[in-house]
Amino acid sequence: MPSQPTAPLDLFAIDGLLDAEERAIRDRVRLFCDESVRPYVAEWYESAQPPVQELAVALGQLGVLGMHLKGYGCAGTNAVTYGLACMELEAADSGIRSLVSVQGSLAMYAIWRFGSQTQKEQWLPAMARGEAIGCFGLTEPDFGSDPAGMRTGAKRDGDDWVLNGTKMWITNGSVAQVAVVWAQTEDGVRGFVVPTGTPGFSAPEIGRKLSLRASVTSELVMDDVRLPGDAMLPEANGLSGPLLCLTEARFGIVFGSIGAARDCLEATIAYAAERNVFDKPLSGYQLTQRKLADMSLELGKGMLLALHLGRLKDAGKLRPEQISVGKLNNVREALSIARECRTILGAGGVTLDYPVMRHANNLESVLTYEGTSEVHTLVIGQALTGLSAFR
Amino acid sequence: MNIVVCVKHVPDATANRTFRASDNTVDRAGVDGLLSELDEYAVEEALKIAEAGDGEVTVLTMGPEPATDAIRKSLQMGAHKGVHVSDDAIHGSDAIATSLVLAAALKRLEYDLVLCGMASTDGVMGLVPAMLAERLGIPALTYAVEVSIDGDRVTVRRDSDTAVETVVAPLPAVVSVTDQINEPRYPSFKGIMAAKKKPVETWTLADLDVDASQVGLDAAGTAVTSYQARPPRSSGTVISDEGDGGVQLVDFLAAQKFV
Ligand SMILES: Cc1cc2nc3c(=O)[nH]c(=O)nc-3n(C[C@H](O)[C@H](O)[C@H](O)COP(=O)(O)OP(=O)(O)OC[C@H]3O[C@@H](n4cnc5c(N)ncnc54)[C@H](O)[C@@H]3O)c2cc1C
Repeated sequence: MPSQPTAPLDLFAIDGLLDAEERAIRDRVRLFCDESVRPYVAEWYESAQPPVQELAVALGQLGVLGMHLKGYGCAGTNAVTYGLACMELEAADSGIRSLVSVQGSLAMYAIWRFGSQTQKEQWLPAMARGEAIGCFGLTEPDFGSDPAGMRTGAKRDGDDWVLNGTKMWITNGSVAQVAVVWAQTEDGVRGFVVPTGTPGFSAPEIGRKLSLRASVTSELVMDDVRLPGDAMLPEANGLSGPLLCLTEARFGIVFGSIGAARDCLEATIAYAAERNVFDKPLSGYQLTQRKLADMSLELGKGMLLALHLGRLKDAGKLRPEQISVGKLNNVREALSIARECRTILGAGGVTLDYPVMRHANNLESVLTYEGTSEVHTLVIGQALTGLSAFR
Repeated sequence: MNIVVCVKHVPDATANRTFRASDNTVDRAGVDGLLSELDEYAVEEALKIAEAGDGEVTVLTMGPEPATDAIRKSLQMGAHKGVHVSDDAIHGSDAIATSLVLAAALKRLEYDLVLCGMASTDGVMGLVPAMLAERLGIPALTYAVEVSIDGDRVTVRRDSDTAVETVVAPLPAVVSVTDQINEPRYPSFKGIMAAKKKPVETWTLADLDVDASQVGLDAAGTAVTSYQARPPRSSGTVISDEGDGGVQLVDFLAAQKFV
């Protein structure tokens, strides 16, 4: 008689490291994904047409949009709880987690942290409810890893600002009501809150993506976009502004990527138990068990790392290079788990009948955005040696 | 309006539930527990009534230490405060002793309405609400599928196979509700966050002036003498229809005394 199987993360007794509130919110997000995302996500992925507006409202009702921020209709949870929510969302699909990351950790966070009182009151409550969708425009066609070179510019014209330039690869761009756009000014990089209905602003969607298909990605084109003088984020001065926002979002990915990997592994373990090869279940073979064991080790180690970083963040002690450690390790390992799981699923693994290749494809984007794995390697290298190897 | 909801912490029905070999009582330590699903309907109904007027909802539970999880879940849903009666002497109590302890706790609380689920999902006796009402000397309205409050009167609807009853009683009263009455809410993030700050009092038997000899396994009127796991389900009978499928089905049902 086979004994009752243990879930991979239960090998690490993770639940015991969480308090009741953290578990309750995690379970609530998991339930939401089971009811409102999982049954439909393969379809959204295939059509590349996720219903972003409806999803945003549902996610707003759930309470995840800006959940780690205080005030303005946000729940104000700790960082670990936010991470756990990202993990559950990404276990469903990285695209859904991206929607939430961009809304909460990039667009809302920028306004919450750097905005004027008027900007906060105008946007944050509606964004927390998911009634206003935000996007975050930093990357440009010619400047990704090196945003300091950005060409988008904002010039004074009387009291007004006039924006010109193009942003690229912007999540939620064409479905957003508000864009936080970073631009060069006479006194360095500044952030601007741009209602997407402003004349001269357009956001053509980027097609032909083979990754993150359940997420909308767009260009932002700004052609003499005229904004009132108070459209600038007063408290963000220089590139440190957007970089701080990215640090927030990266933190969510440290947990999120583990969610995607967990989902791959769970689906694969279930499959291997049912699939008979050479007259017995695939999971009964040593080669399979070795794969499952190795993957579970990386999954659990990544989870422990994420929790450790989360506790550091809640204690106000988390340094940016430590987030690089988490992002580099966990996304890299998640991607390798997804690929290994794919081998166990055989031909079925290349279809949308299983979540595995969808996760693997998604994780290619996750590996690149929010700082590529190379960039995070260089951040760690600089921390270890004191020498910058970026240039 | 003060509403007290009596809730029970029960072993998760999806887990592998068992009895303790030492005294044949339900093993509450070896499995995760949760707020009895049937009590969620009572909590929801209390919240709805409280929200319609300006009511305060207190959740009351009796059970070992982990039973505070049932209180916490109710607080996360929106209840205002909790009372946990916890005492080693309570272990093994039957419905009679449970109602004794809960009634003693209720006498220390202010209440206009006491709500209960129709039964617990572990014991499934469904006796406590009526016993509680008897001990408190107030009306019992059981198996309600609709509850409305009008001044100092409560009206409930009860559905049976043959009739729909409308029953009215003066408050205070004990009302037990079925799983048809509402759709219990999920706790919101804000509810989960707020629950941490809500007051929960823990009372012992001594606080309630209940004598330990009246409760627990020794005082129980019944005892579990033996138990057996239900045999695993055998694989079903497949009837392939070769013209006589209907007849075979009826024969099968008749043999099982279903028809
Ligand atoms: C689906 C998706 C959604 C996105 N959403 C957003 C968004 O909402 N907002 C936003 O602003 N951006 C977004 N991005 C953009 C993302 O942040 C950038 O793609 C990323 O920063 C990398 O920039 P790049 O694509 O221009 O690559 P490049 O910077 O051109 O990098 C190309 C390669 O060169 C490597 N490289 C770069 N510098 C060095 C170096 N010094 N040494 C060694 N190797 C180096 C990189 O690691 C990479 O392998 C998104 C991207 C994707 C794919």
